Formats: sequence, structure tokens, C-alpha cells
Amino acid sequence: MSDQLSGTGVSPGIAVGPVVQMGLPIGELPEPTARGDAQLETQRANRALDEVARDLERRQERATGTAAEVLFAQSMMARDPVLLDAVAAEAATGRPAPHAVNAAIRGFREQLVAAGGYMAERAADLDDLRNRCIARLLHLPMPGVPDRDDPFVLVAGDLAPADTVDLDPALVVALVTERGGATSHTAIIAKAMGLPAVVTCPGITAVREETRVIVDGSTGLVTLDPADDQVAAAQRRAAARAELLESSSGPGRTLDGQRVELLLNLGSTSEADAADVDAEGVGLLRTEFLFLDRTTEPTVDEQVEAYARLFAAFGGRKVVVRTLDVGADKPLPFVEPGPGDNPALGLRGWRLGERNPGLLERQLDAIAAAAAGSQCDTWVMAPMIATVEEAAAFTDRAHAAGHATAGVMVEVPSLALRAGELMRVVDFVSIGTNDLSQYTFAADRLVGELGDLLDPWQPALLELVARTAQAGVAAHVPVGVCGEAASDPYLALVLAGVGCSSLSMARGSLPQVRVSLAGVTVQRCRDLAQIALAAPDARTARAKTAAELG
Amino acid sequence: MAMETSAGPVTNDVVVGSRVGLHARPAALVAQAAAAQPVIVQIAKDGAPVQARSVLSLISLGAKCGDTVTLSAEGDGAPAAVAALAELIARDLDAE
Repeated sequence: MSDQLSGTGVSPGIAVGPVVQMGLPIGELPEPTARGDAQLETQRANRALDEVARDLERRQERATGTAAEVLFAQSMMARDPVLLDAVAAEAATGRPAPHAVNAAIRGFREQLVAAGGYMAERAADLDDLRNRCIARLLHLPMPGVPDRDDPFVLVAGDLAPADTVDLDPALVVALVTERGGATSHTAIIAKAMGLPAVVTCPGITAVREETRVIVDGSTGLVTLDPADDQVAAAQRRAAARAELLESSSGPGRTLDGQRVELLLNLGSTSEADAADVDAEGVGLLRTEFLFLDRTTEPTVDEQVEAYARLFAAFGGRKVVVRTLDVGADKPLPFVEPGPGDNPALGLRGWRLGERNPGLLERQLDAIAAAAAGSQCDTWVMAPMIATVEEAAAFTDRAHAAGHATAGVMVEVPSLALRAGELMRVVDFVSIGTNDLSQYTFAADRLVGELGDLLDPWQPALLELVARTAQAGVAAHVPVGVCGEAASDPYLALVLAGVGCSSLSMARGSLPQVRVSLAGVTVQRCRDLAQIALAAPDARTARAKTAAELG
Repeated sequence: MAMETSAGPVTNDVVVGSRVGLHARPAALVAQAAAAQPVIVQIAKDGAPVQARSVLSLISLGAKCGDTVTLSAEGDGAPAAVAALAELIARDLDAE
């Protein structure tokens, strides 16, 4: 029997592959223990820089666009004759090769930072160069995601967004992390990419490189050095699953035909290619992208053009647009933020309106103008609504701007508690489970250690969701979910069971949620919801639901 | 007949053409071209000159689009080397 490690399965699927550990960032170097020989250390440093330069050149050949340009500039930095002179000068003072490289690069880094602006951004390229060079000299794994040509299981303590930007889904077959939780970045990215993932898996970072493992993202089990028959069985299950996902299509519905709309979360209108995904529309179109990285507010015409592009791509389908959700944590030069050092609880979303008259109206006008020229069924909703009064004020303004369907996000517990009253003043509701968790549990979403509190299986969160959804059912007002919860194929059944009529998620999650729904009746969803709501904690809720579904 | 070497240093003022200034890609292209020259070409912007073949030194100049930089070189091939780099720096390398 092979050894097994057990964690929390956060993205279903089965994969087999060799373990590759992600290199840790290179920290400060300890003081050298002895003086180095100047000539020898210079040679060592030069050789390491040359190897790093070649590695960068090799990657540049495979890259395109901006990535290729950055790699080209970086390889030129590694070959910079003035840098090599500086390294030799540092080595001449008795510094060993890693310390000489460190000191020489630090000198240039300070100059770049002093130059400011664009130049300062290159400091990050230099930091990366330093880390790569020192990793080579000290025989440490390269920091970041390893550069490999064959498929592997990526193992890390935890994964940050910067670590996952260039994950290649053709090479990474599963993610396993020692830490992290159900709402960690690892879980989010794995679901978005459709990769099996296990988090909170003690002992995984101690597993030897290249050890073959089976990762089961449903049960959370990681099998080390499996026997050939175990591998064959896992591969059969993976193939059957892939076939099932491949063959599923069309609108979301349960086994007995109850409709549950399957929609996409989009971060910008540049994702118009998402229109090719087999989905019923967009359940959450964020609009921050239009406003970020700008010194002035985009004009109405600019906004119309951007929205119109996306609406054209989704012609005939539903698109739910969320109005601007910025605040003290994402400040904009042209938006007056107001005071406060607790950004999540300050002036954000809807609350900015008072200080920034016209901002919301201009956006609503732009969305209405773009919608008028399209075939889309366009809905608008406001973020950060805390009271029924605020919800009514928003829907009034949206209707006045010509929007037939106006609703709000439920992400503040006070609004969920007044769900019955809320349904009288809105045309629909969308529950943002991520922020609703943050505000219900008084737990900052950005604090990784609070991951357990932010688990979307927390019974208290599910109770607020159920309360809102049931109020919607009673009033015939559609209630959807557009947070992380919707992308979990088991939790999706619980959400359908409490009465949610639509689920919106990243495109990678959609096929498995569709398959999951198609396998059960509405009554079964209701039973699962009862089980999850009755559980004493999130872990039990998840485990009991998974056990029920076998 | 006077040889090039006896003519002293060749200098040339040039206005940076790249929209983002001499950073990243434009600087790397200039450094690559400078390294291919038979002489060391120096480049300055309101201060002490640095080697044009050093991408890090080029970036550290902080030269923005429209800024004037001064190229200089001495020895055989200096005029051609300075002219080649001046032509490169004046172009919008980011757009290419």
C-alpha cells in the first residue's frame, strides 16, 4: 500500500505526475564566513551570470510580445559589461561570488530606483536576475514556477498571484499546497484553470522532487509512489471525467430539468473571446478595468465603446454589469476617496457616489447607450449596498437611466438580513460570497491565515445565502451567486438547493458545475443543502456533502 | 592627410525618439548595437558619460522621449559608430 497525504480538495479532478517543488524566494544572504579568492570568485560569478543569460535567451525564443521583450532586456542585463566590472570589483574586496553579485546588483538597483518612473519598474527585473544568479551559485532551486518541458504536479507552501501568472495548463497537471485554504489563490486559480487541487496538505513540501503522485482534487488525497495498477485506475477515472466534461453542453439544468443558469465572471471587456465559451451569458462584468491606471475619468463615449464591444460579442445573451467597485484600497486619482484606514469598511462602491456626483450616472448612461445598440439582455447592479434604502436609490437611478432590469449585490450581511424587504425594490439580486464572507466573519480577504473563516462552506455564510435565496423565491425575484462558492461543483448543488437560480464563475469551472448539476434532482439539491446547513463547521459541511455524492 | 584618430573625440547630440524613453527594450537594443561597434561609445545626459554598451547604465540615465543625450567616441571607426547609435536612438524603438 502506498503512503498517502491528506488535505482539502478544492478543485476536483484526478491527475498523475512527478512532484516539482516551487523554489522559495531568495532572502537576504548571511554574512560570508571566509574571504574569497578574488579571481576565482569573479570567474564563478561570471559563469553563473552567463548561464542565467543563456537561460533567459532560451526562454525569450519561446516567448512572444511583452514577455519576450522583458526577457531580452534581462538577458542583456546579465551580460552587461559594466555589471561584470562591478562584480569583479566587489570580488576584489574579498566577497565570495554570491555576495559580490548581490552587492553589484544592489548598486545598480539603487540607481534605477532613484531614476524613478519607468526606470524604477526595471528594479524588479534586476531582483529576478539577482535571485536566479544566487540560486545557481548556491545550488538552490530557481525561485518561482520551474521551467520544464514535461507535465508535473506543482507543489508549494502556498501560491501567490505572481507565481501563477505564467502557469502553463499543458504542463501543470495539478496543484498541491502545504498551506492555503478553500479561498486561497491556489483554489481560485485551480478552479479557473480546471486543474485538480489540494490545499492544507501537511507534509507535501517535504516530498522528494520527481516522486510520482496521484492527486485527487475531490477527496483531497495525495498518493505517493502509487503502484502501477493504482496509476492505471486513476488514469481511467481521469479519462472518464474528461470525456464527461467534454460531452456536456448547453444550459445548466438538474437531472429532472430544473434550470440553473450558468454564467461567466469577466474582469474586463477585453475578454470578449469568452463569448466562445458554452455559457448562458455573463453574470458579473467588472468595470474597474476601465477606470484603473488612468489620471482622468473615462468619458461616456469611451465607456460606451468598451461596453459595446463586449455586448456585441455576447449578442442575444444576458450580461450583468456591475457598476464601479473601487475605494480606498484601489484609489483613483479622479475619485475622492474620503478618510479612513480600514478600506474594506470605508467609502467603496456605491458609497463613493455622495462625494463624486455624476460618476455613477455617467456610467449608467454609457451602459444604457451601449445596450441600446446591442442584442444583449443587459442588467445592471451596484456593489457595496448595505440597506434596502440604498438598494432602492440605486434601482431608481438605473431605471431612470433607461435600464429595465436593475439589482444589487448582496455582500454586506445587513442586506441579507433584510432580504424580504429588499426583494420589493430590486429586479434581481447577485450574492458576492467572497465579500459576504469577509463582512460576516470580520475576516480580511487578504489575510491568508484567516482562510478557514473565509471558507465558502461556513454554515453561517450558507445561512445568509439561503435566507436571501428563499426570499427571492418567495417574491419571484431571481437570486444568483457570483462568488467563489458558485465554482465549487459540490457547493453549486447546495446553492441550487437553497433556491439560487443562476451561478456565475470563471470559465474553467463551468463544465464541471454543469456536469455536477446534471447528475442530481432538485430534491437531492435540497437535501444536500439541509445537510450542509446543519453541519457544525465548514470542514464537516464539505465532507458530508462529498460523502453523500460518493 | 589627417587620419580619423588625430581628429579627437567625435560627439553627437541626439534626441531620444522612443516614446517610453531609453528603458527596457530600447535600451537593450542600443546596448546590443553599441557592443557590436569597434570602439567604446560613451553616452551622457546632463552628467558624467557612461558606456552605451551597458544596458543598466543606459536605463540609469533616465532619458525620456524628447530628452537630448550626447554620444561620444574616439579612435578608428568612431564617426560611424556614433552615427549608427544616433540613428538608432532617434527612432521610436518601442513602436518597431
